[in-house]
Formats: sequence, structure tokens, C-alpha cells
Amino acid sequence: MKRRTFSSLAAGLGLAASLMGTSAMAQDNMRIALVVKALGIGFFEAAAEGAQEAAAELGNVEIIYTGPTTTTAEGQIEVINSLIAQGVDAIAISANDPDAVVPALQRAMQRGITVISWDSGVAEEGRMMNLNPSSTELIGNTIIRLAADHMPEGGQVAILSATATSTNQNAWIAAAEAVLPDFPGIELVATVYGDDLSDKSYREAQGLMASFPDLQAIIAPTTVGILAACQAVSDAGKIGEINVTGLGLPSEMAGCVESGATKSFAIWNPIDLGYTATMIAHALATGAATAEPGAEIPTGRMGSVTLDDTTSAAMSDPFTYDASNIDQFKDIF
Amino acid sequence: MSKQALMSRELLLTGAIILLLGIIASRFPAFIAPGNLVNVFNDTAPLILLAIGQMIVILTRCIDLSVAANLALTGMVVAMLNVAMPGLPVPVIIALAITFGAVLGMFNGVLVWKLAIPPIVVTLGTMTIFRGIIFLLSEGRWINAHQLSDAFKAFPRTVLLGLPVMSWIALGAVVLFVVVMNRTSLGRAFYAAGGNPHAATYAGINVGRTQFWAFTISGALSGLAGYLWVSRFAVAFVDLARGFELTVVAACVIGGVAIMGGSGTVLGAMLGALFLGIISNALPVVSISPFWQLAISGSAIIIAVALNASANRKKGRIILKRAEQAT
Repeated sequence: MKRRTFSSLAAGLGLAASLMGTSAMAQDNMRIALVVKALGIGFFEAAAEGAQEAAAELGNVEIIYTGPTTTTAEGQIEVINSLIAQGVDAIAISANDPDAVVPALQRAMQRGITVISWDSGVAEEGRMMNLNPSSTELIGNTIIRLAADHMPEGGQVAILSATATSTNQNAWIAAAEAVLPDFPGIELVATVYGDDLSDKSYREAQGLMASFPDLQAIIAPTTVGILAACQAVSDAGKIGEINVTGLGLPSEMAGCVESGATKSFAIWNPIDLGYTATMIAHALATGAATAEPGAEIPTGRMGSVTLDDTTSAAMSDPFTYDASNIDQFKDIF
Repeated sequence: MSKQALMSRELLLTGAIILLLGIIASRFPAFIAPGNLVNVFNDTAPLILLAIGQMIVILTRCIDLSVAANLALTGMVVAMLNVAMPGLPVPVIIALAITFGAVLGMFNGVLVWKLAIPPIVVTLGTMTIFRGIIFLLSEGRWINAHQLSDAFKAFPRTVLLGLPVMSWIALGAVVLFVVVMNRTSLGRAFYAAGGNPHAATYAGINVGRTQFWAFTISGALSGLAGYLWVSRFAVAFVDLARGFELTVVAACVIGGVAIMGGSGTVLGAMLGALFLGIISNALPVVSISPFWQLAISGSAIIIAVALNASANRKKGRIILKRAEQAT
């Protein structure tokens, strides 16, 4: 009996402490760190813009936009450790490696920091929830459809990816291969890797044109690759014969769409992505929502997301850009 | 080292290149079509420029790891200049690129010369500093094809007498530096300063100042390559040519430039660059698993260095034999 009284007392104290904690938090600015793969990438700069938009909407939220200068897991671990030392309230990370950052993120969670991953996910034990910009299946389907839309009679397509070990690209390519039977006449003849280097991607695109004279489309699900392929096709004088498509940013792709080397391409809206990640991090950090399978988390103007069994959620479908809307978006991101 | 031995090394490398082309042709005959070989040479042009500069630096017992970062920074600067002033004529842009690159090289050179900091430390530092400056200048943004003027992008692609201008620039640099290295006192000073610094000092050569000029030349060539690179791929961003400095050093090593200084030729550096250029252009068309491609590039470098080492050993034995005969 005595013990029970003590435990309820302890529970009461704990509740009081947590209430005080919450009220103290409400007075101070909540600090949400947006950790990106590397600084200096247009996509992440745009995501940071969306995070600022969400912060302005929520009020009392400060966004710390940070990341390493090169896309390495080691660099991100250093950044995470410094964020733990600063005592931020939440970390939203796009990981360079799904596993290498887990121990650092677990330390953050042990210290009461809300941890979510977005864009490029972290293994389940290293985060509370993961926000995918879209689902892998939807992206795989979209990149094949982008090519197939302009090939009514079918033909050969090839994929120019980033590195052979990129988590994102490999998942999308696997999904694209899975939906190929839905596109009769479309034949995937090769998958090559440009390592996200302009010169290597350019050479790989040249190699594809040399090896497959009947090639009709190059699908590059990476921004460096799609630009290099577009330049290689233009330089080879094959605009109109080979359509370069895939995933790219409107500001970077405007020239390719204008020259006709690219008929259409897709990307989710990174502004929406940074916005949604911030909304979710805020909801979890304030306790307004909990990260558990089946939970529905409201995300402001983006509606809401529902967590699946692995506490992952998909934001929306990728959006297709072409000559009709490129001018509207090229100045945004 | 005697001139004869140098000639034989270049002949050996030329033979290796022909053998390499033969192997590639057996798997993909279209690779050795003249049009494709022109493409390969053109693709290798920036590597040739950087390899010449790196060779001169290595001759003086230094190393320049900042070449790729210099290329990226100069490339970003000229791209931003082009965006701000689209009317600026291309020759002016090229002159500015060379000057700006040379100034960056001089910065390395001064640190090595006046502060006597080891070159590997200096250039590791400036490599990061240059990339950092690109980030500060561009605020992380890319400069893309549609922002650059048509003249800016067209110049290296213009075809003159069957070769693009970019290839002519590389050939011009080769000819210029063959003359500089063999027919000017500065050129001979590079060999002397690296071959035997003490003897060079007694001969009245200022070793530090010679190293300064080596870094300046390397920087100027990096700057020139920076414009060509940005113009060719029609994009400038922080990570441009990431890791390229190691390819440049590899080209020099394959080209028979002694990493301990004092020995190497412009022709050797060019052949070393071509060797690597052919491999990187051939790998995409001979359909080799991407997981093997890095291993193959690496093996080529080690085999080339092993050949170099064995060539050096042979030289040692010959001297010994002559000594035995003399006694």
C-alpha cells in the first residue's frame, strides 16, 4: 500500500515535471534542426525554405538548417553530435547512410530529442518516423511513364543512375523494373552509373548512345545525371531522337526543356517536403501526435499523413514538369 | 636520367595505349572510329591541361592537391561573371579565368615559398578553402545551362579543322610547355630545383621561387580548365570535378613523372592523361559491371607504376654492369 502511494506520487511528480517542461518549452522557441545530405544542393535549399514557411505558420519555432559539406555519413554524425550538445528539440534528417547514423540518432533520442527522417530514410531503430516524399512504387512507375508517354510505339530505354550503392536510386530502379510489364513495348536495355559526377555521367550517356543506336529515352533519376545526359544528347545532335527524362529540379532543367532534349520530368516539391517534415517534427516534439503504426499526423496545408507498420509515411505523388509549366516553377527551386 | 631512357618510356606508354585501344576495339569496334577518338581526346583535354601543371609542380618536389578545387572555383567565378555580364567576350573571360587561376596558384606558391609549409599541407588546406569560397559565392546555388550565354557555351565546342577548340587548346598547351620546359631557363630550373635542390642553389637558382612559379603555372592551367569544364558541361556547382585532383596525379604517375621530383616530360604527362581518358571513356561501352570499373581503373594505375619502377631498376643494373666492365 505504501509502495503504491509512493509510485502514484512519483507519477504525479513526473506529470507535473513534464507539464512544467512543456510550458517552459512553449515560452522558448522550439528549435527544429533540418539536417541535409550536404549543404549547397538546390533541392535541400528549397526544403529549408519550406521548413521556414512551416516555422512562420507555427510561430515560436526556430529552424536550424545544417549538414556536412560533402555527402558523407561521417560528416552527418559530427553534425548530429553538435546538435545534441546544443540541446535542440527535434532533428529531421535526410541520411547519407541508413545505418551509419543510427547510433548518433539513438543518443539524441535518449536525451529526449524528437528524431524523424525524411527524403532519404534512416533504419527503423534510429528514428521515430520516416517521411518519404512519395512512395518508391509511385516514383518507379512515374519515371517509366515519363519515358513511355513520348514513345507510343514502344522502344528501348536506359537508366543513368547516381552511384551503384545509392539507396534511393536503387529502390526506385527496382520499382521501375517491377512495373515494366505494365508498359508493353518498352524495353529497358541497360542501367549505368554516373556517380553524380558531371564528367562521368556525360561519358556514360555517350556510351549508351554508342552501344544502343536505337535508344529512344535515357531515364536519369538524379539531378547531376539528368543534366549531363541532356548535355550529351544535345552535343551529339540527337535532340528529338532521344528523350532525356527522370528526376530533376525545374531551375536546373529549364535549359533542357527549352532545347527540347527533355520533354518532361518529375520531382516532388521539396518546399512541400521541408514544410511537411517540420510540421511532423513539431507535432511529435510537442506531444500533439505520437509516432506509432496507424497514427495520423496533421501536416498543415498538406493535409495529413498516415504511418504504416514501419512508422513510415508517404507525402504525395511526384509532380510532372514540362514546357507548359517550367517557366512558372524554374524561379522557385 | 638520360634522354634515351625518357624516350623509351614514352614509346612504352604509346605502345600501352595502342594495346589498350586494340583490346577495347576487340569488344567494341566503333570505339576506334576516328570520330570517337576525337571525342575521347576532347574529353581528356582538361585532364591534359591539369596534368601538365601538376607535372611541373611534381618536378620541383611539390604536389598540388588544390587543382580540382581551383578548377571548380574559377569555373564558378567565370560562370557568375557570365550571368552578370552576358555581353563580355569569350577571349576576355578566358584571360580572366587564366589570371584568376594563376592568382589562386600564387597563393599556394607563396605559402610554400615564404612560409616553407609542406606543399601537401598547403594544398590540402587551400583545396577546402577554395570549395568553401565557391559555397560562399554561390550560396549553394547551381548555375545552369539556360543562365549561361550561348557564346560562353559554344566556344570550346566550335570545330576547327576537324577538332573542337577545347582539343586545340590542350594541344597548344602541350606545344607551349614542351618549348618552355626544354628551351627556357625557367623550364630547366624546374628540373634542377627538383633533381638536386642543393646543387640548384649553388648554381644560382632560387628553389623557393621556382616552386612558386610551378604553382602559378599549375593554377593558371587549372583556371583555364575551369572555364572549359563549366562551358562543356554547362553547369557550375560546389561539387564540380570532385576528386579530380587524384586523377590528375595518377595521370602524371602513369606518364612517368617521378613523384620524388626532378624527372618527367610534358609528353609523358599528356600520354598518362590520354591513357586514363581512354579507360574512362571505354568502360561505359564495353559493358563491365560498375562494381568492377573502379577496380580496373586502380589496377591500370598500379600496373603503370610497377612498369615505371621496373624501368628504374633496369637502369640501376646497367650502371652496375658498366661499373663492373670498367674495373
